[in-house]
Amino acid sequence: MRIDWVKAAPWICTIGLFVVWELAVRLLGIAEFILPTPTAIFLATVEFWSALVNNSFQTLWTTLAGFGIAVVFGLGLGLFIGWNKTIYAGLYPLMVGFNSIPKVAVVPILVLWFGTGWIPAVLTAFLISFFPIVVNVATGLATIEPEMEDVLRALGAKKLDIMTKVGIPRSLPYFFGSLKVAITLAFIGSVLSETIAANKGLGHMMLTAQANFEVPLVFACLIALAIEGIGMYAIMAWLEMRMTGWAHRSGFAR
Amino acid sequence: MSSDQSFISINDVSLRYKPQGGDEGTLAVDELNLRVEKGEFVAVVGPSGCGKSTLMKLATGLHFPTTGSVRIDGDEVKGPVKIAGMAFQNPVMLPWRKTADNILLPLEIVQPHRRQMRSNKEQYRKLADELLASVGLEGAGSQYPWQLSGGMQQRASLCRALIHEPELLMLDEPFAALDAFTREELWCVIRDLQAEKGFTTILVTHDLREAVFLADRIFVMSARPGRILVERTVDIDRPRELDLLYEKFFVDIVHELRGHIAEARK
Repeated sequence: MRIDWVKAAPWICTIGLFVVWELAVRLLGIAEFILPTPTAIFLATVEFWSALVNNSFQTLWTTLAGFGIAVVFGLGLGLFIGWNKTIYAGLYPLMVGFNSIPKVAVVPILVLWFGTGWIPAVLTAFLISFFPIVVNVATGLATIEPEMEDVLRALGAKKLDIMTKVGIPRSLPYFFGSLKVAITLAFIGSVLSETIAANKGLGHMMLTAQANFEVPLVFACLIALAIEGIGMYAIMAWLEMRMTGWAHRSGFAR
Repeated sequence: MSSDQSFISINDVSLRYKPQGGDEGTLAVDELNLRVEKGEFVAVVGPSGCGKSTLMKLATGLHFPTTGSVRIDGDEVKGPVKIAGMAFQNPVMLPWRKTADNILLPLEIVQPHRRQMRSNKEQYRKLADELLASVGLEGAGSQYPWQLSGGMQQRASLCRALIHEPELLMLDEPFAALDAFTREELWCVIRDLQAEKGFTTILVTHDLREAVFLADRIFVMSARPGRILVERTVDIDRPRELDLLYEKFFVDIVHELRGHIAEARK
């Protein structure tokens, strides 16, 4: 049987990382409260399984809620900005400015307004992830070929016609591409907020475990975060391929 | 002859593009005068940047003159003319639509087709297939445009320009990006379509042989600001065959035009 190395590569690399990690910690005799071995992390995972699952779900739904708001809002604002040059010129600097504010600095304000809990987590996820969606949708609209616009305008097409027939379908690959970035950012946002002000969620659990010196559990939380992140990214990547396969016709990245 | 008798009449037109800074802007065309009769095939040649594309936009109502007037069928052009089909050097097909759906796009915009599109979908689809067959693209309608070669895409783009049976066809260097053999094939395609359907055609090109082969009349434009320097009637009988390209009288016309262009570039 021939081995498909391209398909095997991700598994080999992942397993290899854990093997190297395990060996390095054991051979160098690193203390568990500095860097636990993967086996210790695995044991902690088994021990705290139900708490891990509960908190993972909390983080998952706050992330998805924030991300969902970001998609609706980002799509709307992107279309609005892409509609007109003046709107674009007016709002773009504001958005860049807003995006430059580290969101960790916003969480205390959200806590001030809404108290600790899930609301700041959802809002942080939303605030951190809408920007790439807006920029990508607006870019898709801004890059309509002028010839295409001429063909349709000469026939008496209204701006709305050009948007629905050309602009919106055209910006979809940009939109779906941006979802991959946005979901990762939303995840960062919700975990960030949970570590600052929450009583549930993986971020909160990590903080508690750290305070109790349960270092293997801290790492178990990290791995749970990684798995969740990969899962959500994969769903977005699949959605992108599914919805805008026509835009991926080049064999370049294959 | 009164200007109102012509199908298209451009009278003493100048057009200045105003940049956003508020300075003078560039004068794209000036003292432009041009008449095109119904059913005529006209070519416009000139040095690059002479305002040929501006002329296209004026005649289709995408731009309006700063001074002077543009009339079509005697009426002043006040908005997009809606009777024009356009094709460009770049075929600009929508990659998410199959070729047939790309060709049907104009019908989704212009009335009365726009209203009937949903109920008569089958009939329109058949129309698109027939038109595709007439340019030698049988069965290509179900393929995506990016699955077609450059020449095939350009044929499809011609179909899109003609699907709503426009009275006016505007061609902006449509064959410039094609290889010589494909280009000559497409000259014949457009020659036959025009002979069959009789639409008025304005062809903007920098290929002088193309202009002489296809056009009834050729206008030579000056360097910017563009205006008409020379008007040359091509009195070669139709139908014209590709062999003409090597006849002495054909080559003489090309040389004569080349002389005018060289003059215009000075």
